[in-house]
Amino acid sequence: MNKHATPNLKAEKIAGGVATDQRHDSAHKHVSGAAVYIDDMPEPAGTLHIGLGLSTVAHGALKSIDLSAVRSAPGVVDVLTHADVPGENDVSPSNMHDDPVLAEGKVEFYGQPIFAVVAETREEARRAARLAKIEYDELPAVIDIWNLDPVNDKQVTTPLILKRGDAAAAIAAAPRRIKNRMWLGGQDHFYLEGQVSLAIPGEDDEVIVYCSTQGPSETQHLVAHALGVPSHAVTVEVRRMGGGFGGKETQANQCAAIAAVAAKKLKRAVKIRLDRDEDMTATGKRHDFAIDYEVGFDDEGNILGVDFTYALRCGFSADLSGPVGDRALFHCDNAYFYPAVHAKSAPLYTNTVSNTAFRGFGGPQGMAGAERVIDEVAFAVGKDSLEIRKLNFYDPMEAIGERSVTPYHQKVEDCIIQRIVAELEESANYARRRREISAFNNNSRFIKRGLALTPVKFGISFTKTEANQAGALVHVYADGSVHMNHGGTEMGQGLHLKVAQVVAEEFQIDLDRVKITATTTAKVPNTSPTAASSGADLNGMAAQDAARQIRKRLTDFAADKYQVPHDQVVFLPNRVRIGNQEVAFNDLVKQAYINRIQLSAAGFYKTPKIHWDRSKGRGHAFYYYAYGAACSEVSVDTLTGEYVVERTDILHDAGRSLNRAIDLGQVEGGFIQGMGWLTTEELWWDNGGRLRTHAPSTYKIPLASDRPKIFNVKLTDWSSAYEPTIHRSKAVGEPPLPHGMSVLHALSDAVASVADHKICPRLDAPATPERVLMAIERLKREAVKPA
Amino acid sequence: MPEIRNDIRFILNGADVALTDVAPDATLLDWLRLNRSLRGTKEGCAEGDCGACTVLVGKLSAESLVYESVNACIRFMGSLDGTHVVTVEHLCGDGEKLHPVQQAMVDFHGSQCGFCTPGFIMSLYALWMRTPDPSNAAIEKALQGNLCRCTGYEAIMRAAHAISSYGEAAKDPLAAEREDITARLKALRDGARVEIGLGKARLIVPASVDDFAALLEKEPGATIIAGSTDVGLWVTKHMREISPAIFIGGLDGLRTILEKDGVITIGAGATYTEAFETLSKRIPALGPLVDRIGGEQVRNMGTIGGNIANGSPIGDTPPPLIALGAQLTLRKGEARRTIPLETFFIAYGEQDRQPGEFVEAVHVPVPTRGEKFAVYKVTKRRDEDITATLGAFYLTLAKDGTVADIRIAYGGMAATPKRATAVEKALIGKVWNEETVEAAMAEYASDFTPLTDMRATAEYRALAARNLLLRFYIETTGTKAPFQVSRNEAA
Repeated sequence: MNKHATPNLKAEKIAGGVATDQRHDSAHKHVSGAAVYIDDMPEPAGTLHIGLGLSTVAHGALKSIDLSAVRSAPGVVDVLTHADVPGENDVSPSNMHDDPVLAEGKVEFYGQPIFAVVAETREEARRAARLAKIEYDELPAVIDIWNLDPVNDKQVTTPLILKRGDAAAAIAAAPRRIKNRMWLGGQDHFYLEGQVSLAIPGEDDEVIVYCSTQGPSETQHLVAHALGVPSHAVTVEVRRMGGGFGGKETQANQCAAIAAVAAKKLKRAVKIRLDRDEDMTATGKRHDFAIDYEVGFDDEGNILGVDFTYALRCGFSADLSGPVGDRALFHCDNAYFYPAVHAKSAPLYTNTVSNTAFRGFGGPQGMAGAERVIDEVAFAVGKDSLEIRKLNFYDPMEAIGERSVTPYHQKVEDCIIQRIVAELEESANYARRRREISAFNNNSRFIKRGLALTPVKFGISFTKTEANQAGALVHVYADGSVHMNHGGTEMGQGLHLKVAQVVAEEFQIDLDRVKITATTTAKVPNTSPTAASSGADLNGMAAQDAARQIRKRLTDFAADKYQVPHDQVVFLPNRVRIGNQEVAFNDLVKQAYINRIQLSAAGFYKTPKIHWDRSKGRGHAFYYYAYGAACSEVSVDTLTGEYVVERTDILHDAGRSLNRAIDLGQVEGGFIQGMGWLTTEELWWDNGGRLRTHAPSTYKIPLASDRPKIFNVKLTDWSSAYEPTIHRSKAVGEPPLPHGMSVLHALSDAVASVADHKICPRLDAPATPERVLMAIERLKREAVKPA
Repeated sequence: MPEIRNDIRFILNGADVALTDVAPDATLLDWLRLNRSLRGTKEGCAEGDCGACTVLVGKLSAESLVYESVNACIRFMGSLDGTHVVTVEHLCGDGEKLHPVQQAMVDFHGSQCGFCTPGFIMSLYALWMRTPDPSNAAIEKALQGNLCRCTGYEAIMRAAHAISSYGEAAKDPLAAEREDITARLKALRDGARVEIGLGKARLIVPASVDDFAALLEKEPGATIIAGSTDVGLWVTKHMREISPAIFIGGLDGLRTILEKDGVITIGAGATYTEAFETLSKRIPALGPLVDRIGGEQVRNMGTIGGNIANGSPIGDTPPPLIALGAQLTLRKGEARRTIPLETFFIAYGEQDRQPGEFVEAVHVPVPTRGEKFAVYKVTKRRDEDITATLGAFYLTLAKDGTVADIRIAYGGMAATPKRATAVEKALIGKVWNEETVEAAMAEYASDFTPLTDMRATAEYRALAARNLLLRFYIETTGTKAPFQVSRNEAA
């Protein structure tokens, strides 16, 4: 991009409008190392650094804390404990007052921050942190949820119940019934840039915090709360994150608060950047789930009634566990209609790190439960799982009948899953490959192939209604260049680029005339975290609103100045046609400025239609749904359980995509991340509650060589959002992640082949080579057992 | 005694650097970011697994200049004497035209959050200079040490294939400046020993292997650092003191690889990359193993000598080397002794190495025709993962089809790399068939009592380990049917 290019006044289309493929706005900076992340910013003179002292027991009262050796260590300036927090010692994002900034009186998980060393260098701070002598009165620790009672054991927040019809009666009356349980492990975000904040004290009560956060407003609010100052004293800014995935929706707040408290106390800039091991030990992850299910069905495989209990490992505090459990329930149907359903969540307390948001936010876990039920039914009636899936889909949008109501009583009005699955089945040659794999397996003694096609229907909107609002700030400078700001944050998903495309489109100016600027609470207040896939939907609309206000003023001005009707002022690429003449956009702006027209606007958007009554389990929780399907084939070594993904085909619905290049990257990346969650990414705590997979040496996210050997990813070229979303596009952040389920089910299919597809493998996740081999062994044993 | 100088000298991008104030535990990454404000190189894990800190180090190898990707986070400054360090900032200046590797990544949407990207750029750069038109397998191998959490890698693969359409590797600045840099690096080789004292901390780079032997005899408590892929973590994760530290990675005399009378002798300082160039050629069954040890950056730093000397029960080279009947030469001062590798490992954390003694070389007999050798590694993730169990098998059949001799060694199954003697006993003298193998599989229980940890349960280790014997048997039958999953064969 040449910054000094003269706008093309003859162009038929602007360069970089909506629905065009554009490179990430920072791509050239990413590749050259010039993109600035928080740890790359030049530190103010005298910047101090923090090292955390973490708990070494999972549960215990703090009997004594001797920090004398820490204080006298080289370079140490101060050591902070909870007593140094001037406001409330809490960063709970859900107002539960259960998330201390620094532990007070007790610790509730191994790795909980107890104190913060402030030193001249980061290395000195880290070294000193190890010198503390802390005595604990250890208390019994609950690490796992597998053996907990979902009703009577301690919960961190109120569970949700969804019901429609009489599930118990429907199951009891069904010709066939199955009751069982599945396990889904959690997942570490493994954003490549760990948690980091730089706090710079200002005058009076002011502080500015540069923080790698998905939710600057919430970080601002909680920092203010911890400092005991009004929110107006705190500014939080973030230009970009090195990955978020939900791991910086709430988990950035604690570091931000610690840095801010230290900065205000010591009147010096303070930076905190966690080491990877500390980051993985001390910050929350995707929730593990134990899912109890009972399903009643007929001999054809029609589901008649289903009952679910989704128990989730929340860790020691509520954080976002309530809404995560809720979203799991909202997706216990995936794309299937249940004639009768009862589903409840059990947000269980454990002495582990407090689990949090992670791309999908419980939704993928909800769907995985639904897909297990489908598998159980398929094995029971002896049919291919894909047949059972198709049998139980919601009614398609063109033929909505009785089978269109969700467990939360929302009508599914935009269902396109049938068409997506049909197209994918065809393009992936599902039927032919099913036959080929069967033939292969008959002739292969040790290597078995498996195939699966899984659908996704994902609800779009925050279920917390007030979060579905957004703001933007757009300035047009007198030279016609545009400054764009909104409440969304950039974590790699190309949000800023998409919103800039929207603004360029409104003004009909080339994309390079729109400047992308850092997200800051000082420009747009009270924003929602960039989460729930909502970034472009909400902020795109808000920015469009701001741009439209300014465009309207320009139109009014032009109509008045040139004495033409308003409808004769038309914004063309880089110019405006006013009556019979064309004026360059830049010139019109200049004229407007001279005539004292306001060229700045704050935009706003709130999602219409949605409402949700949690106590009743009813509402129009989602503005719309995004759809997709994936088909994967694997090879499994039945001697070791090792496997490779031979091929994956994905067809995904991004509506009328704002930028297909960006969206394709979201689908590819989301799938691989989902696959990692369900295959090699295993969180392993020892008996003492210490996470032993706390670094990439032990925690294995996918590599380039874990990609499917053949990987065909397509976006639908025909779908369009049913509701008037921003240019009829659909959210694409989270919906592709559950496509990873196709790999889990393909592995399950390969395992099933060792017992002639007669026994449901009930393969739990993550399906490590070990879990795969153990499932194979179980099936071999059961296959020879007399019935 | 050699001359002594008190500084580390190397080239950073274009500039000559001489540093007198280097601590033995100072890492290249911290120095780049904190001392030089070169912040394009990122810290993702500080343990050599994620690759966000990847830079190139050019070194003279047999007089020719070789650039290799390495992890700056666990690379100590002391190991850089006489090298050329190239960071992402060297590829294009501010506002200048992007380098072909960079432009390809931009055009093919190879970055999303961008944090891992400089590391990918450097790994792809190293690959492209060596292999301008790489295969999928070559790209995947070059990227085994680079984690990306956003893209799912597909876009990066597309970019990697396209680099050569943006420029010619032969015309790359590093290629064009090759003679100049070579001359400058040669000029840095003054044959001196480097000694730097910084407070109580001391750093020593010996002038030669003899110098090292003499130094270590005098200072038996010194930390010996070859590739620092293990010692690096002592510093970044455990904050251990490593002074006095002796850096031996640059000693040519420890990097020699030669074959004589059917035995390959590998100097203890040869990296995986260097050693396996010969080993994989001469013992093809070792080829697939090296592709699964660490990532490219770790293979470019880590040494076989270090893999043996640190005595880890999960080191990947000892079991196959034991099965092959390798010998180990240890040296103390001028005295050398050679022992069977197997006897080097005494117990967990205990090896047959005297104070002041060091591993100098390992001698690997090349299997003769007719002998069958294989090694299988089992891990949670296929590449760049630490062994759950690893089995190595070396079989000699008699003319009558009975087992004349078999050596089976495992990693991950005991406190040291260990032979499966009971299993071997159950096989020797028997006809090599599936029945014999099945019967011998029962003997694993008397050889091994594996542990449960984060990598695998004891039950899985036991089961997978004994199934590997069956896999080995099947492989020796010469079957055409697949007996293990493969990344590189098309579906």
